[in-house]
Amino acid sequence: MNAATIDLRRRAVMQAGALVLGFTLLPRRALAEFNGMGVPPVANKDLAGSLQRTPMLDAWIKIAADGKVTVFTGKVELGTGVRTALLQVAAEQLDVAPAAIHFITGDTSLTPNEGFTAGSHTMADSGTALLNAAAQVRALVVQGAAAQFKLDAATLKTSNGQVIAPDGRMMHYGDAVRAVDLHRAAQVRSPLKPARDYSVIGQSLPRVDIPAKLTGGAAYVQDMRLPGMVHARVVRPPAYGARLLSADARAVARMPGVLKVHVDGNYLAVIASDEWQAVQAMRTLSASARWQRGPALPSPANIHATLRALPSQDIVVEDKKAKTGKAVLTLKHRYTKQYVLHGSIGPSCSVALLEQGDMTVWTHTQGVYPLRAALAELLAMPLDDVRCIHTESAGCYGQNGADDVAADAALLARVLPGRPVRVQLMRDQENQWEPYAPAMSTQLAASLDAEGKICDWQYELWSGSHNERPGNAGKLIPAQLLARPFVPSPSQPMPMPEGGGDRNAIPLYTLPQAKVVNHFLPVTPLRTSAMRSLGAHINLFAIEGMMDDLAAAARTDPVAFRLRHMDDPRAREVMERAATQFGWNQRKRRRDHGFGFAFGQYKNIMAYVALAVEIRVERSTGAVHIVRVTAAVDCGQGVNPDGIRNQVEGGILQSASWTLYEKLQFTPDGITSVDWASYPIMRYSNVPDKVDVVLIDRPGAPFLGVAEAAQGPMAGALGNALADATGKRWFDLPLAGPQLMR
Amino acid sequence: MSTLTVNGVRHTLDIDPATPLLYALRNQLELNGAKFGCGMGQCGACTVLLDGQPVFGCLTPVAACEGRQVRTIEGLGSADKPGKLQASFIKHQAAQCGYCIAGMVMRAQALLEQHPHPSETQIRTHMEPNLCRCGTHMRIIAAIKEVAEGSKP
Repeated sequence: MNAATIDLRRRAVMQAGALVLGFTLLPRRALAEFNGMGVPPVANKDLAGSLQRTPMLDAWIKIAADGKVTVFTGKVELGTGVRTALLQVAAEQLDVAPAAIHFITGDTSLTPNEGFTAGSHTMADSGTALLNAAAQVRALVVQGAAAQFKLDAATLKTSNGQVIAPDGRMMHYGDAVRAVDLHRAAQVRSPLKPARDYSVIGQSLPRVDIPAKLTGGAAYVQDMRLPGMVHARVVRPPAYGARLLSADARAVARMPGVLKVHVDGNYLAVIASDEWQAVQAMRTLSASARWQRGPALPSPANIHATLRALPSQDIVVEDKKAKTGKAVLTLKHRYTKQYVLHGSIGPSCSVALLEQGDMTVWTHTQGVYPLRAALAELLAMPLDDVRCIHTESAGCYGQNGADDVAADAALLARVLPGRPVRVQLMRDQENQWEPYAPAMSTQLAASLDAEGKICDWQYELWSGSHNERPGNAGKLIPAQLLARPFVPSPSQPMPMPEGGGDRNAIPLYTLPQAKVVNHFLPVTPLRTSAMRSLGAHINLFAIEGMMDDLAAAARTDPVAFRLRHMDDPRAREVMERAATQFGWNQRKRRRDHGFGFAFGQYKNIMAYVALAVEIRVERSTGAVHIVRVTAAVDCGQGVNPDGIRNQVEGGILQSASWTLYEKLQFTPDGITSVDWASYPIMRYSNVPDKVDVVLIDRPGAPFLGVAEAAQGPMAGALGNALADATGKRWFDLPLAGPQLMR
Repeated sequence: MSTLTVNGVRHTLDIDPATPLLYALRNQLELNGAKFGCGMGQCGACTVLLDGQPVFGCLTPVAACEGRQVRTIEGLGSADKPGKLQASFIKHQAAQCGYCIAGMVMRAQALLEQHPHPSETQIRTHMEPNLCRCGTHMRIIAAIKEVAEGSKP
């Protein structure tokens, strides 16, 4: 046993060694390092949300002389509806109708730098900033009007962008702030409207972006048509580390519509006046290209052993020792997750224009400012000459090809100055080159005492990086392919409490003795980065699976066992509500059906989600059918209840797809999940019969990020339901498949 | 020269007849509804109607549309005057990122024109070719169902 393990490690190290070499022998060191999150330093830590780093009120809210209100956020719409929620927050505290507000999102020339729109942070960061900034601006508006009315500000009311005096006189906000300078730092205390008076926050305002998306409006960067715009397509190498030997650029240059064939090292692209001509030229160029293969990828069959054998930074994130009861039973299990694809329905796209020395890039990046820094480095241009404007695309769910294709657009705009260049990746390019959710494995040993309580918990996890966003230029694939390539800055673990691979690795349950170790793997064979919920997906799958196994060993109901170990009243409430609403105690055993329950507070600091599921497993095929799901959610003050439900429903379905079906295919020669046939995701035939989401209202409580909060609990609940249905615990994701045939 | 009749309007286009319909719609006719998703007929983001049948715009050459009626989501209604399905999708807020949604609506439109009152099972079966990554399926089904039930005599 021991010898076999050692042998396996040795082989893995050898395989991995070749790969490490492949990645570290790149020629030129990147010049500059950037803060991973790219945000400005904290100016005042006592301010709320993103006001800490961008404290000036007029960075967030401007009021024109005619009373028109413009609100700014550094965050961006990624398809979660957060644009509408942020607008509601500002409208509520300003007393201006949402429709009357001009709302500008992520643009390096116009908005605050709030780093990345990621990690379910938007409402906590930007929502909180706007809540407070709007309240302070409204107070300044009232003071301005009071001075002109020569009345006590306390006697004035505001409504719909007007200040109203007791005698009926009215003044619009533009006139009111005539003598008020909004270019001032925010105060620590804000005159917030009390939650009981809310009329916009807490309402399910229809999303402002949906009508255009349903009627063919220009809603996405893909839909941009600038005057004189041309279309580019890139040719990516067939696999990591491949080197271009030859390509017939001259033949392609003669094809109809082709304006330029661009070759720079291992970087190839075509620019044509028409998009379909660009696609055809790309195909011809790709077919003509000869490549020298790069280092082989490891075998997918033993990927977890390979990863565990790689050099790691071992970070102890929890180490709690106590005198505990004597263990009467110890369970020890290992859990695995495969590489998972973001799988945006629209391959990444960007438009760029170099005009009079200024580079403008329309991009669906998660962070316009960090991307601008990386692009400026790539192009050797001053920061101020590069502008990134966020423009929506298909949902990204983390770092997909968005930043890479923005670099493509910028590089190619430089080739054809004065012409807007639109680049869209093809499906196979998006799939083969995007940074995947890392494959992970974890190991958990937990013990029960004679009273049926957990007395010891030992958890370890192995994971590559969950954050490879730019960062420096070297984080961008096109930059790595140039004749003078850029080198990615070293991968860093993300610190707790939010964590990366170790996100949600520390159970929220009350455990007297616990140790949690994150084995962070700085260099791994496949490119990886952030995907919704990061490590929380497998960590909660493991934790919640173990909770059920321990409950069974203690002969206790799984929900009761969880409640026995939970002190947080909000956590207890979501569990109780989910169980009641689902009818957990009334569940009836039926052949091939299984019931599962799970809980998680996202990052242990954001939204609380408990959910219960019922599944049916088809014996002849191993297919898993989700009969029903009930989730209870507490995300503090809810801004747009229907938007929250939409996100939680989406999280449940998306997680079901990851948990049951998803596994990136690859061979030593490269990534083979090039399309939806080789990377199947949930289709309608796999969709649950019924999903119910119960929201717990917390008027006035801080906003807690919710968009990624259901993913981990859903994985846990599905694992538990499957164990219940089959009488056997399954440890390796994805769960559905022929192994379930009986 | 190719001719293309889209949403009742006949266009003469100077393009290679082998051009996929999707590119002609998006670039020559500047219609945003149909989206490029995979280029292989696997995701349905480009779904449009050809003589009432749902087709993948990314795979259907313009030449195959000669003398036939192409319909896109722009033909169903506008933001001011949405068609029945569009209005129901808006009512149910049946979109997250929304990239797949025009294709979803067009596939559902084909079903409802042929079978005005499909069951939920029929709706799910019919919608199988179209992918959504955000997990909006429950709302999409609900939005289609409402139109299917609402138009019952």
